[in-house]
Amino acid sequence: MNELYLILALPAIGAVVLGLVRNLRMASWINLGVSAATFVVSVMLALRVLEQGPMHSDKLLVDPFNIYLLVLTSFIGLTTAIFSRPYMEHVCHTGQCSPQRMRLYHSMFQAFMFTMLLALSTNNLGILWVAVEGATLATVLLVSLYRTPEAIEAAWKYFILCGVGIAQALFGTVLLYFAAQHVVPNAEDGLNWLVLYQHAGELSPTVMGLAFVFLLVGYGTKVGLVPLHQWLPDAHSEGPTPMSAVLSGLLLNVALYAVVRIKMLTDGALATSGHPHMAGYLLMGFGLTSFLVAGLFLHRQRDIKRLFSYSSIEHMGLATFGFGIGGPLGTFAALLHMLVHSITKSSIFITVGHASHIAGTQAIDHIRGLIRTQPSVGWGLLFGVAAIAGFPPFGVFTSEFLLLSATIQSWPWLTVSLLTGLVIALAGLFRHLHPMVYGAVPEGQTAVKVNMIPVAIHLLLVLWIGLAIPAFLANWLDQAVQLITGEGLL
Amino acid sequence: MNLMHLSLLEQTMLVLSALALFLSFALLAQARLTTMVHLFAWQGGLLALLTAVVATVGGAHHLYISALLTLSLKALLIPWMLHRLIRRLQLERHQERLERQALVMMSGAALVIFSYWVVLPVARLELADTRNVVSLSLGIIQLGMLLMVVRRQAVAQVIGFMSMENGLFLAAVAATQGMPLVVELGIAFDVLVAAVLFGVFFFHIRESIDSLDVDLLTRLSEAEQEKLASEAEGDA
Repeated sequence: MNELYLILALPAIGAVVLGLVRNLRMASWINLGVSAATFVVSVMLALRVLEQGPMHSDKLLVDPFNIYLLVLTSFIGLTTAIFSRPYMEHVCHTGQCSPQRMRLYHSMFQAFMFTMLLALSTNNLGILWVAVEGATLATVLLVSLYRTPEAIEAAWKYFILCGVGIAQALFGTVLLYFAAQHVVPNAEDGLNWLVLYQHAGELSPTVMGLAFVFLLVGYGTKVGLVPLHQWLPDAHSEGPTPMSAVLSGLLLNVALYAVVRIKMLTDGALATSGHPHMAGYLLMGFGLTSFLVAGLFLHRQRDIKRLFSYSSIEHMGLATFGFGIGGPLGTFAALLHMLVHSITKSSIFITVGHASHIAGTQAIDHIRGLIRTQPSVGWGLLFGVAAIAGFPPFGVFTSEFLLLSATIQSWPWLTVSLLTGLVIALAGLFRHLHPMVYGAVPEGQTAVKVNMIPVAIHLLLVLWIGLAIPAFLANWLDQAVQLITGEGLL
Repeated sequence: MNLMHLSLLEQTMLVLSALALFLSFALLAQARLTTMVHLFAWQGGLLALLTAVVATVGGAHHLYISALLTLSLKALLIPWMLHRLIRRLQLERHQERLERQALVMMSGAALVIFSYWVVLPVARLELADTRNVVSLSLGIIQLGMLLMVVRRQAVAQVIGFMSMENGLFLAAVAATQGMPLVVELGIAFDVLVAAVLFGVFFFHIRESIDSLDVDLLTRLSEAEQEKLASEAEGDA
């Protein structure tokens, strides 16, 4: 367990220290160092869990489901920190952001990492809520970092919508605690995941059904499920790009993680009632709606970061749909999809950040000819988008293929809408991508200093997962599937 | 449920939560910001009192701590912060024009009935004597949301947000005799940080649009984006 405490302590201490460091260069290096240390410790923890199996204490919990998200979170935190160093330096040089605000940025970056890791590793449903709300509070000032009218508007919307949404989740948590108090031997443990799982079958189905709806709406707001997604494109497009990368790659995952854990409880409680699959149906409905609506919205975007945030909604919808179908295959596909989407999408946001520096704007109409001006950025964007659109041999293809198979197995008719949605999304992405990458170079466009190493690492990883899922990873995901559905796929 | 069978303290509890709901309606009808802050403070005070009553009824001693916490945070500290902000923003005399007052009040009443209907299956379980309070608290949450929807003034929206938190707190106290202490402390911390951040935002918004009317924040809506884009094309 020591590693787990260290994982939480590192970013927490980092946030405090970075709040005090005035030297910008030093701060960005410390930020990088803390992120790297967190990643190393999380890998050590993962190796330990692989060897010794799940661990838990009163407060914290590590099992196959959250350990893979813990490693993913600290990994993306690290690569984003690598990218953010030159990127934010460039932002500072152009005068968009004062040194004082940069201090806030670094400190809040680590605070955000802390809330994410806490939400994943806590054994307590209430602390999970506190951490997810804390993530909003840590990022809201970062969304408005540039203080443009648009940024302020985006941050206000983000604050209010997520605040109201997450309040519903708290009401759901209260209801769940209410149900648990009547069955759990020690009422104080009524929010403890492990205790709740042991007693899932005894929880009152009526109360749990109601609680699930509130919890789904609450955490679903954070996942960006349509029609609760309004904050997401704004917050992603107006905040600094490293923030978009971690919001899209981490926050959405963590919120979905919460939803899936609660679904496990609800399924247990409703198993003997009249609607045993209510939770799954709700997830499928929300997921499919998000997937289709976001795919259509891709076509009318004018801002490159808005474009990719709608693509995030689309993919989170797909993963939610997968969890809704349930069963070993659907769950495996959804878990894999969460993984590959995070890795790919954060690499795309990193590339997009560089591309908008080259063009000096985020407007798609004015980003042209990236391959000519700076081949690394142009090709990076092209491969990234090809990966996210689901082209083989990238990992997203694998997960979408598995998801389609699961759909054909249990809901053959829905395959049509899934395929249509995939084609719509593909067209939506490529009609914007083509001119940005190949178009004629505007006069005076020059290359900027970039660091494409994180992008290369991410894309190679996705390629690796797509060509041949490493045995340990498949095994790992399979253990998570066993935990969620009760039976393994492999 | 027969009210006469409840003990005096339990009846007190019901009365207090009903009063809290009444204050939510009063917030909905109040146009002056300073008065709204006062009403909000009273709601916080009622909740603190109610928590103390529940602590006495159920013998849950950790609830005395959360009663104290609620009193200091929701009845004193946050209202004081809001007051100071209103003074610094020179909004003491600000009076918002409330539109469709009757309609808003009627939908408020409808929302409360809706909350009763939602909680009905839970109430039928007869798991606790105080289930009635759960529907009242859901009503307070819904009214807080309604307040945020109908008001255009940023400060008023924040008061709606905070009164929603009050409803959540009431639900936790009444249905489950409060959350575990560490969760409750975490929630209180989040609420406090949120209150501070809202204060920061008031100044940012005013700097950016020279007003606190959040209806003017429309640059990022999908429709507006389309309009801006077509204007840009027209210029070209």
